[in-house]
Parts: sequence; C-alpha cells; structure tokens
Amino acid sequence: MRESRERNSRLASRSVQAVFLIVLVVLWYLATTRWGVSSILLPNPVLVVQQLWDILKSGEFLGDLRVTLTELGIAFAISATTGVTIGYLISRSHYRIRVFEPLFAGIYSVPIILFLPLYVLFFGLGPASKIALGATISFFPITLNTIAGFGYVDRILVVAARSMGASDVQLFRYVLLPAALPIILTGMRMGFTVALLSIIGSETIASLAGLGHRIVHLAEGMEMPRMFAYIAFVVVIALILNTIVSALEARGKRHV
Amino acid sequence: MTAAEITLRSWVRRAWVARIGVVILLFILWEVAARWWVDPMFLSPPSRVLMSLQAVFDTRGVPAALRITFWELGVAFAMSVVIGLVVGLAVGLQPFAQKSFMPIILLLYGTPQVTILPLFILYFGIGPASKIAFGVSHGIFPIILTIVAGVQNIKPILLTSARSMGASRWQVLRHVIFPHMIPSFFAGMRLGMTGVLLGVLLAELYVSTAGIGYFTTLFTQNFDPTRLFGLIAVLAAMAIVLNEIVRRAEAHFSRWHTD
Repeated sequence: MRESRERNSRLASRSVQAVFLIVLVVLWYLATTRWGVSSILLPNPVLVVQQLWDILKSGEFLGDLRVTLTELGIAFAISATTGVTIGYLISRSHYRIRVFEPLFAGIYSVPIILFLPLYVLFFGLGPASKIALGATISFFPITLNTIAGFGYVDRILVVAARSMGASDVQLFRYVLLPAALPIILTGMRMGFTVALLSIIGSETIASLAGLGHRIVHLAEGMEMPRMFAYIAFVVVIALILNTIVSALEARGKRHV
Repeated sequence: MTAAEITLRSWVRRAWVARIGVVILLFILWEVAARWWVDPMFLSPPSRVLMSLQAVFDTRGVPAALRITFWELGVAFAMSVVIGLVVGLAVGLQPFAQKSFMPIILLLYGTPQVTILPLFILYFGIGPASKIAFGVSHGIFPIILTIVAGVQNIKPILLTSARSMGASRWQVLRHVIFPHMIPSFFAGMRLGMTGVLLGVLLAELYVSTAGIGYFTTLFTQNFDPTRLFGLIAVLAAMAIVLNEIVRRAEAHFSRWHTD
C-alpha cells in the first residue's frame, strides 16, 4: 500500500519535471516562431539542434575540446601533486597546521579569478595562463582537505598501531591513508570542478583557443544558433566530467 | 641559551606570530624577486605597489569604477538573498515541490554558468545590469540549497509537538521553522556571497565599460603591473571584508543552538 503510494508520488514528481521541461521548450519554440522574439536574442530551437548535430558530425569541436581538456589535465595534475604533498607535509605537526591552515583558508576565500589579468600578463593569452589559474584555484581545496584528512586522524588509532609495533610505512598504509583518503578525494573532486569552471571562464575572458573561446567567438560573430549549440555541448561535457569524477571519488572511497 | 633566545622561541611557538612571519617572508621574497630577477614590465615589488595605491585612486574613473562594482555586488547579493529565500522556502516546505524541482535546481547548479556569460551580455547589455544578473545567477543556487536543507533538517518532533499544542500554520512558521533556519540561512548567505563575488567579477573581467574590469584590462594592456597589483589588492581587500562580514554574522546568529 505504502510502497505503491510512494511510487505514485515519484511518478508524479517525474511527470512534473517532464512537463516543466516540455513547457520550457515549447515556450522557447513559440517565442521564436510566433511571438517574434528577435532571432539574435533567441534562436529557433530546431536550428540549434541542427547546428549541434552538424558540430558533432563534422567533429570540428575536437580541436577546442582537446585544448580545454589538456589545460584541465595539466592544471589538475599540478594542483593535485603539489596540494597533496604540501598538505601532507603541513599535516605532520600540529604547530604547522595552526600556522598554515588559517593562511590557506584566508587566501581561499579571496575570489582568485581576480588574478586572471596578472596571469595573462605573466603567461600570455595562450594555454599557460589558463593552466596556471586552474592550478592555483584548485590547489586550495585539495591542500585544505589533505590537511584535514591527515591532520585529524584519531590519536587513539595511531597510538594503538604504534604500540602493536607498526613501522612508519605500515602506519601510513594501514592507519593514516585509509583515514585521510576519503577527505582528500572529496578535496580533489572540488578542486577538479573549480579548475574546470575557472579554465572555461578564463577562456571566455581572454584566450586564443578552447571551448570558452569558441563560444565567445560565435557570440561576437552573432552566430546565435551555433553558439547555443556549443553552449549545450559544453554543458553536457562538464556534466559528464563531473559525473565521472564523482563516480571515481565514490569508488576510491569504497576501495580503501 | 640566553634569555633573549628563550623569549624569541616562545614567541615563535605561538602560531599567529609564525603565520605573520611566513607572510612577511613571502613579501620579502616577492620584493627581492621583483627588484632584481624579474622584468619590471611584468612584476612590481610590493613596496612600490603600496606607494602606488594613491596613484591608483587618483586615476581618473577608478573611484567611480570601484563604487560601481561595489554597488553591483550589493544589488546582486540582495537580490540573490531575497529570491533564494522565497524559492528555497517554496520548494523546501512542500515535499512534493521539493521532489519535483530539487533535481532541476541541482542540475542548474551543476552546469558551468560561465558558458552562458556571453548570453547575459547580449540580454542585459554591457552595463551594470549584466553583472548584477550574472552575480545573481551564481549567488542564488547555494542559498536555495542551504535553505531547503535547513527546512529539511528541522526535527519532525518539533513540528508535531507545536501542532499538537494547537499552533497555527503561521505560528509554526514564525516560532519553529524560522528560528531553526537561521543557521542555514546565514550559511547560505556566506556561500551566496562567494558566488556573487565570483559572478560579478567574472562578468566585469569579461567586458566592462566603466567598472573595474575596464581598468584591469587597461593596466594589463599598458604593461603597468604596479597599478594593476594595486587595484587587485584593493579588490581582494574588499572581497575579504565582505566575506568576513557575512562569516561573522553567521557565527553570531547561529550561536543560540549548537547541538
């Protein structure tokens, strides 16, 4: 009885979602065909889908996608290695945690996107400035979570392992790492998400190539249907990447 | 060991003293690097940046630009809080609405909004309106999510007991739900402020005719790192102050229940 009611309510909320999305698309369609909304402000959805299909079929997105993903990969590799290393070194003493953690947390609360003009000045318009910005922004959540992960392991566990004669390596492998890894992985996911956002953002603001650059290029050329298609493409890519990273995080947590 | 050494050691052992020491060390490193190693076209020593702050403020249009940016931040934040609160309550208080609309809200929150920044410029122009709108689009979602979570976290027993003692709908809202939402409301405000800062600054940097984005571009293109650093330092200070105000408010207003 109760189960069927729950199933009904889930069905009802699913249908509300579906209706909501359908109404949105229909309104969009009517606005462009019937109510005379300028096609520069809002292109016809049918045209957008055609353009999206054309982009996917012709494979012209590959170049920009490669640029953005390379930047993201390098930035994340830099911030993950430096973040975890520095975080681990800091977490080894209470004194260092108290010195450095508030410092990093303070810098983290500044919107680091502000430094983009500086990075462009240092590293130029090419991929280097995006990599540097992405690495800087994702460094902080990874470092802070590594500090939190390694720094606040229950002392009783450490003492118990030591008193049973665990070596340094064993202590690290069987006590510290399992305790810290879930928190570090969460930090890495957060770092990955903000790195992706900041890289696309800085491509939008000042760049020579990449997905963000392509969208701006189309916007400036007033090629609205194609621009909408690219926006949809980038949103889907971002959702896919974030889903993959969340899945990896969950997997990593299970395997400790 | 002399007495002076011992006092020095006990001072360094205090974390905040050491922290300030680290910051000063970084500034010295920066100063040395900028004076002797790096091309002055790109990096400017902190002492010169500090001295140039006056020149930054004297640059024609910079005070007005700061005022405009500050105003954009304020309006965007106020709008995010109001809209976020209304939507959050509407969605959170109604289990069915929550089940239906939360996935949509989460989906929107998860999409990278920078991709539609050019659209905001197209719809709202290159003036302050587009910055405010973009700031709202970044600030509103964390507020909605924390409000919904706050409404959800109220213990059902409190609601049941209030109702069983004959509280009307309004009384439940006023005396049970609102007080319990205060911590999550302020947590949401803090996250919302972070989002608004990000959104407004992104839009400013993307295109700007009178705000600070105009001047960061100007200083970058003129290879004038001294004034660029100065302006960025002022903005960073502004962001820190705004964040700190919201954080203090959160700590202050969520003191009453700490369970």
